[in-house]
Amino acid sequence: MSADDAARRSLAGPQSGSASSHAPIGRPRSVLDARPEHSADSPLSVHAMTVAYHRKPVLWDVDYDAPPAALIAIVGPNGAGKSTFIKACMDLVPRASGRVEFWGLPWRKARQRVGYVPQRESVDWDFPVSALDVVCMGRYRRIGWFRPVGKADRAAAIGCLERVGMAELAHRQISQLSGGQQQRVFLARALAQDSDLYFMDEPFAGVDAATERAIVTVLRELKAQGRSVICVHHDLQTVAEYFDDVLMLNMRVVAAGPVAQVFTRENLHKTYGGRLTLLVEASEAVARAGQQP
Amino acid sequence: MTPASITDVTDRWPGWGQVLDTLTLQAGFNTTVVIVGTTLLGIAAGVIGAFALLRKRALMADALSHATLPGVCLAFLVLGAFGVAARSLPLLLLGAAATGVLGLLCIHLLLRHTRLREDAAIGIVLSVFFGAGVVLLSVIQSRPTGNQGGLSHFIYGQTAAMSRGDAAFMATIAALAVLAALLLAKEFAVVCFDDGFAAVAGLPVVAIDLVLMTLVVLVTVTGLQAVGLLLVVALLVIPAAAARFWTERLWLLLVLAAAIGGLSGYLGASMSALLPRKPAGAVIVLTAGAVFACSMLAAPNRGVLAAAIRILRTRLRVASEHLLEVLYERERLAPAGGAVDIRRIAVARGWPGWRANLVAMLLSRRGLVERRGRGLALTGLGRAAGARVSRNHRLWEQYLVTHAEIAPSHVDWSADQVEHVLSEPLVRELEAALRAQGIDVPAARGGMEGATA
Repeated sequence: MSADDAARRSLAGPQSGSASSHAPIGRPRSVLDARPEHSADSPLSVHAMTVAYHRKPVLWDVDYDAPPAALIAIVGPNGAGKSTFIKACMDLVPRASGRVEFWGLPWRKARQRVGYVPQRESVDWDFPVSALDVVCMGRYRRIGWFRPVGKADRAAAIGCLERVGMAELAHRQISQLSGGQQQRVFLARALAQDSDLYFMDEPFAGVDAATERAIVTVLRELKAQGRSVICVHHDLQTVAEYFDDVLMLNMRVVAAGPVAQVFTRENLHKTYGGRLTLLVEASEAVARAGQQP
Repeated sequence: MTPASITDVTDRWPGWGQVLDTLTLQAGFNTTVVIVGTTLLGIAAGVIGAFALLRKRALMADALSHATLPGVCLAFLVLGAFGVAARSLPLLLLGAAATGVLGLLCIHLLLRHTRLREDAAIGIVLSVFFGAGVVLLSVIQSRPTGNQGGLSHFIYGQTAAMSRGDAAFMATIAALAVLAALLLAKEFAVVCFDDGFAAVAGLPVVAIDLVLMTLVVLVTVTGLQAVGLLLVVALLVIPAAAARFWTERLWLLLVLAAAIGGLSGYLGASMSALLPRKPAGAVIVLTAGAVFACSMLAAPNRGVLAAAIRILRTRLRVASEHLLEVLYERERLAPAGGAVDIRRIAVARGWPGWRANLVAMLLSRRGLVERRGRGLALTGLGRAAGARVSRNHRLWEQYLVTHAEIAPSHVDWSADQVEHVLSEPLVRELEAALRAQGIDVPAARGGMEGATA
């Protein structure tokens, strides 16, 4: 472990994960010990995670450790399980097996520090609220039960809208916004959550150039503040420009690490090109077995 | 007002004094209590219904209300078995709520463990539970004490059968439901809008959904006696749907839905008091339906008429611009041509004659064209407008050909659509993009815009 890493670790939150590199060899080791790269400063550690929809596995035995304070892209073809991966991390879809930890903590204890930008299409935008109302939702956790949204919360929400260049449209009804503006409202809502780790599901999908610039600026600000962002990303052209690390998924982890090392022609071919017919066939066989009485 | 016999079906119309007394709550204490109770129920149904609608659970509420019938019957039978002779509304409603919730649970289990879709699951549960209720009802009515309960009122609703205690009970439940909804408005809103986000933000989405459905159950069973289980879902859905036409603000939606629901309950119960043979439920629902119809037609932004007017205006504007464009092009090709026959314009655009005449009349009123007999000529103002449209058309054509690599023969239709929606900034962007390619932006001669190009 480098001095730099050590310094970062001492800055990081609770050190519940045992220092794996000190585990003596030759003794039965826990899963954590067997993974030397794991440490408590990793905002996200995934161990042997398998996820199935209707008994059909869509992710097989995913292991992943996210580096701290980094912008991370998840890339992979359609049906590779990118969205499923982040949803399973946040307990939004059930895991068939595996374990997920945030800074060495389980989701229940870490959720206070995690923010989320869902896919824009996942909600009905013809909903009777304004852009400002949506951003205020990011502060509901802080406001607490039964209390109304206060002046301070509104001011904070306006500040978040300003950061994405949407302050003038704060009072506009959300169905009157363009797709890119809606995406920025979602981003502002996540900023209002003031989290240390963000999951974003395709934030760049179908947005205009101004929105794309605004999102990139915000991502870089977040990173400069020591926060981490994990984005499902579909545009391979911009991976190297926007992100530090990449997780290449296609039902299993094809490759993960710094973009410069991992985002290679060979790995891209493995992720997108070579159809993993055996994995697909096995998934379907599992699903069929579940349907038979 | 007791009818002479069961075959006496003619209602006596009440006098105006009686109508006024009823509407101003002066027709006796009992009537007043029933009207107030039903009004409160309408308010509660409006508020809870707005959230149910936003959560897209309207059909669930329908299944729930049908599933209450066996519960009412079972509760009546159990009470009878224990020798409780008096009909007790709270206990009957408790039975209703029990089977209602059981119905919801069945839908949930069907969705979870089979491949049935929601519509099928709701249809099955709704009809099977209602069928069971009808069978139980016939069992009860074949008994000597059967008609004492007035259970059939639960199907169509009848406020006249309501006692003072019943109405007070209804009012209490309605007030509680509204209070709970207002306290939890913030949480309901975020779960209705984006349940995934709500879950990540640490809200117990399942519990909040449960509370919402519990409120729907409360309103439904409370409304059973007044509105009847066939129609109580309308009280949840219609006020909220009508209110949605008028506003884009959640709090205003809640206020309006409550107002429409309350008004429907008030009028329905009043009419039921005046005409005892008319079921209140139907009158309440028809009142709500009338408000809905007015809202749908007349609402300023989301209303059907407003939308039709918007479309008509756009069409007229586009047609006007097309006419100006035709005149401008003719003038450009034949500067000394003078006025153009209006029939030739109609042929050029493929319009029926009346349409060309209508557009020409509107344009001449705005001083953009001059009528010269059957001919039309541009005024100075009209020439500038025609030049702008013509230029937008060519800009877009050029852009498609040079930047989108579309064949020149294919770009005319698209340009015909786009020329009307190009804003000033977009025009400037187009000019810049074309200039960067070294393409001379087609000049629009004669127009003011053309002079600056």
